[in-house]
Amino acid sequence: MPDARVIPIDKGEQPPRRTAAAADAVAAGASRATGERARSRRSNPLLDEPAAAPDETPVETPEWERRLAGALAFVRRRLTGDVEIDEFGFDPELTEHVLLALVRPLYEHYFRVEVRGLENIPGEGGALVVANHSGTIPLDSVMTQIALLDHHPAHRHLRMLGADLVFQTPIVSELARATGTTLACNADAERLLGKGELVGVWPEGFKGIGKPFAERYKLQRFGRGGFVSAALRAGVPIVPCSIVGAEEIYPILGNMKTLARLLGLPYVPVTPTFPWLGPLGLVPLPSKWIIEFGEPIATEDFPVGAADDPMLVFNLTDQVRETIQHTLYRLLMARRSVFF
Amino acid sequence: MGRVVMVTGVSRHLGGRFTQLLQADPDITRVIGVDVVPPKHDLGDAEFVRADIRNPVIGKVIAQAEVDTVVHMAVLATPLDAGGRAMMKEINVIGTMQLLAACQKAPSVRKLVVKSSTAVYGSSPQDPALFTEDLEPNALARSGYAKDSVEVEGYVRGFARRRPDVTVTTLRFANFVGPRVTTPLTSYFSLPVVPTVLGFDPRLQFVHERDGLEVLWTTTLDDHGGTFNIAGDGVMSLHQAIHRAGRPALPLPQPAAPWIGQALRRLGVADFSSEQLRFLTYGRVVDTTRMREVLGFEPRYSTREAFDDFVLRQGLRGPLSADTVEAFEHKARDVLGVLRVAPRGGADA
Repeated sequence: MPDARVIPIDKGEQPPRRTAAAADAVAAGASRATGERARSRRSNPLLDEPAAAPDETPVETPEWERRLAGALAFVRRRLTGDVEIDEFGFDPELTEHVLLALVRPLYEHYFRVEVRGLENIPGEGGALVVANHSGTIPLDSVMTQIALLDHHPAHRHLRMLGADLVFQTPIVSELARATGTTLACNADAERLLGKGELVGVWPEGFKGIGKPFAERYKLQRFGRGGFVSAALRAGVPIVPCSIVGAEEIYPILGNMKTLARLLGLPYVPVTPTFPWLGPLGLVPLPSKWIIEFGEPIATEDFPVGAADDPMLVFNLTDQVRETIQHTLYRLLMARRSVFF
Repeated sequence: MGRVVMVTGVSRHLGGRFTQLLQADPDITRVIGVDVVPPKHDLGDAEFVRADIRNPVIGKVIAQAEVDTVVHMAVLATPLDAGGRAMMKEINVIGTMQLLAACQKAPSVRKLVVKSSTAVYGSSPQDPALFTEDLEPNALARSGYAKDSVEVEGYVRGFARRRPDVTVTTLRFANFVGPRVTTPLTSYFSLPVVPTVLGFDPRLQFVHERDGLEVLWTTTLDDHGGTFNIAGDGVMSLHQAIHRAGRPALPLPQPAAPWIGQALRRLGVADFSSEQLRFLTYGRVVDTTRMREVLGFEPRYSTREAFDDFVLRQGLRGPLSADTVEAFEHKARDVLGVLRVAPRGGADA
């Protein structure tokens, strides 16, 4: 299209000031953190004036006050909708500072999670973390997310793939989207991996998380291997991840099938404490957790079209499953006790 | 020879603006606007034909004027505009069939542009995060505007098969916002307290009316056939949008939502179909790679900028507007400043 043809689209209206507005927004975003602090000091210069040595000012500005100012600014951004989410609905600020912060004590002090093999997770670029699923409610995925965000040198966000039930359920759906979870389907997995994200998948699904206590640490079927073909198409490594400790937090002794069918849930568990102790039964047992990331399985050496070769996909799925199963046995042998 | 363009649905805001836009283009010699009701805006030098596209008279107009480009913008989104759902379906589906039948008989027609909607994808928890143009939605639209759009697109595909010499472009627009456009969604955000579905924060995408007009205009002149998603960059969550409009949200439990929707519809405040409710529960985001790479179109407004412009120009204000909240923040900080100084002063004394 020739440049000469200029048609007044914004006839009679003020032309949009994208560049200026965008530049302002960028500047505001960049200097927001420092700007807030600066303003909080500036707001009351007379009161802040130290009576004695001026050198004391930095010492005098208490940490808690700066934090409070930061918290106020955070609340303001939330209330005015001044936040950025990505196309999947992931809200990094809310995830890091609020949602994960709420469960972090559980990670640090309750389950005392020990992470091993973080060097197997690349510092940048796409990778697919495949883990065993257990624990009645998916706390294992939350703990893995915290492990990678807090303890990986590159502080990586784990983008998880969830079942459609997650996105049908009120509140769970909202939290899942905000923490970066998306629907477990090939389109979403490949899109995330293509963007260079670290993607987490729990292929056992409800079969794994809702299995009876007697079958603990016995891996269930690994879906249909969809995760393997997604990794093959994106050419990213598959990192097997073995989680020990999650099986014991809510030991499932039975399943109230009728109630589950009524509520539209995959299962309603009976544990030693639930539903006998009422809400107290929701408190998980304080098992000691180990999360171990294994050697990555490279996929870029496979020929083009490998993702469409069902035999190869099955074999690779089995290989990942076996690796996790053997790692679980090894970790269990070395474990002294469930709780320490 | 200049081009002769026929536009349907010119009496509504976007159609009227689009007609003005086409007249300013030197390559276009004649613009013929068609609608059932007389236009509210000035159409300039465009010729206006007051006709129902369901009427065979359209065929005569096309033949006499030797129309070479038809822009179909007469797919209605709101039953209130059309005078009932039955009438709306009649206009949308039967109207499109008649228009396409007339086009098929007219050898002069070389180009067809159809304004469709991303509503054709529906909204469900089983769909991928982003819809691409060739994706089959899991849950097909069962009612209202979405179903009409799906059917309209079906007829358009049929037409494209029967007249392979005509370049057919289908534009699937995300929700329009802007200084003047009114849609069910803009009336929804204008409610004093905005009801939402408890426990869901759907992702939304908007397209600014200016960008929408620009892409309609460029595709009318270009020869890019195919189906394209049109939306501003980035996404917003529903609650984020409500807060940016300065409104408080009122989350209602999911079973109560249809009931509230119906009440609002009966009051004539906002038009809530069950389709709209699903959209406000599960949201919808489309992939715009093809718009960028094939059409070469870059929207000037991102989703958020478009929405902010809508809030600013339509003068939406509420208890959660940015300045109110900021004033409150300053007040809170002042109070904290006093708190901080007070104990220290006491210690000094």
